[in-house]
Amino acid sequence: MSLDLDSKPRLAAGCRMGENNNQRVLLMPERALRLNGPSLEIVSRCDGKHSVSQIIGELQLLYSKAEPHKVEQDILGYLALLQKERALDFESGAV
Amino acid sequence: MPTVQQNPLALVAELTHRCPLHCVYCSNPLELQSRSNELSTEVWSRVFKEAAEAGVLQADFTGGEPLARPDIVDLIRSARAAGLYVSLITSGLPLDEAKLETLVHAGLDHFQLSFQGAREETANDISGTKSHQHKLRVLQWLKRYRIGLTLNFVIHRCNIDELEEMLAIVKDSGAGCVEFASVQYYGWAFANREKLLPTRQQLDYCVERLKRAEEEQQGKTRILFVVPDYYAKYPKPCVGGWGRKLMLITPSGDALPCHAAPVIPGLKFENVKDRSLREIWEHSEAFQKFRGEDWMQEPCKSCDRRAQDFGGCRCQAMLLTGNAAATDPVCSLSPQRHKVDAILAQINEQGPAGAEPASPITVPVGKIEWLYRPNPS
Ligand code: SF4
Ligand code: SF4
Repeated sequence: MSLDLDSKPRLAAGCRMGENNNQRVLLMPERALRLNGPSLEIVSRCDGKHSVSQIIGELQLLYSKAEPHKVEQDILGYLALLQKERALDFESGAV
Repeated sequence: MPTVQQNPLALVAELTHRCPLHCVYCSNPLELQSRSNELSTEVWSRVFKEAAEAGVLQADFTGGEPLARPDIVDLIRSARAAGLYVSLITSGLPLDEAKLETLVHAGLDHFQLSFQGAREETANDISGTKSHQHKLRVLQWLKRYRIGLTLNFVIHRCNIDELEEMLAIVKDSGAGCVEFASVQYYGWAFANREKLLPTRQQLDYCVERLKRAEEEQQGKTRILFVVPDYYAKYPKPCVGGWGRKLMLITPSGDALPCHAAPVIPGLKFENVKDRSLREIWEHSEAFQKFRGEDWMQEPCKSCDRRAQDFGGCRCQAMLLTGNAAATDPVCSLSPQRHKVDAILAQINEQGPAGAEPASPITVPVGKIEWLYRPNPS
């Protein structure tokens, strides 16, 4: 499944960020995912306001030492995985 | 020495044993706690705070029927205030539109609605109540809210053939997840086992159909299938490993490593009225008993899979072999597997003898390393 770069991901119903023992987590129905470094940077931008390409752009700046194409591939892979797990909804880019 | 434990991650709060339904496979203990023994709102609130402090992320409100507690809204509020993610596992029966609204506004994160079938007749028959139509109404009301929704179909021989109709209910429900959870054979279900275990043929169809459903619902609804473990090759990693992730508190406050733990004779449970949750987690004899690997016997002791399935379910080992430390007899490597095969043979009488043990225990999930996954998959 390919992601529309203009679409704006946001956390799906029943998913929210939480914190425990100074550790950020993504809380979802019956599961929780530890967030750190890049995964935290990605998920905290899934707010329905950032488009996928914006998220990629911002992380490429943030991780400027990494190869930009690699950063993009990693983000797309992670977003697709979260979508498959029903952690994200994608608002269409047109709106 | 049991290995050093991590934090508990999930708190299963059995708020009450009371329930308007009378399911033939009910997981309630055979001996129920009466209302007068139930923990008060105040004690539960303290337990939620202590749980969050001990590292717990999620609270699952269950029962019985958790909505039978008149203080359910306060309990949701206090668990949220403590910082927990709150799921309500319910039959939906004692619910009207106004009540649902107060639950959502109190901060409920996730609503898990159980179904006993897809056809009114079957569902009402299994649950011993006229409840099915009401559940469908609750589903409609839920569409007004942006809240996590899981449908839980408890499946067994008498309703597994309604799979197509169940999928139709899922399709328009807007649920993020659906679980087709085979009855697990403890308590009442163990007593009713011969009537509930599906045949191999039913199961094979189910596996195949749900694989297709998974593609159809991709990106909309996650589909989980919990196979009856009697048909599996390896056991389920029951509760994610004994004393590793989960704590269950009974209506009267006993802290259990697993809801079926009382079938194991001689286990002593601490009560949250006497001790803090962390103390119990770290020191309770019942939690220590099967923590880590020291208690294991062969073939588990030297098996490569022991860190994946932790030797399976202790309670099932107890129920089927009389020894709680034995390898879970559903494991194909267990010297006692023949006991499970004998039951299956009885159920599949007409079928071919000595067929292969059935395949994967559930439909696979992605490669994410989950911090917390109570439901075997
Ligand atoms: S809904 Fe749950 S607690 Fe109530 S009778 Fe059915 S299985 Fe038991
Ligand atoms: S022998 Fe024990 S550890 Fe190995 S697969 Fe069977 S139950 Fe799991």
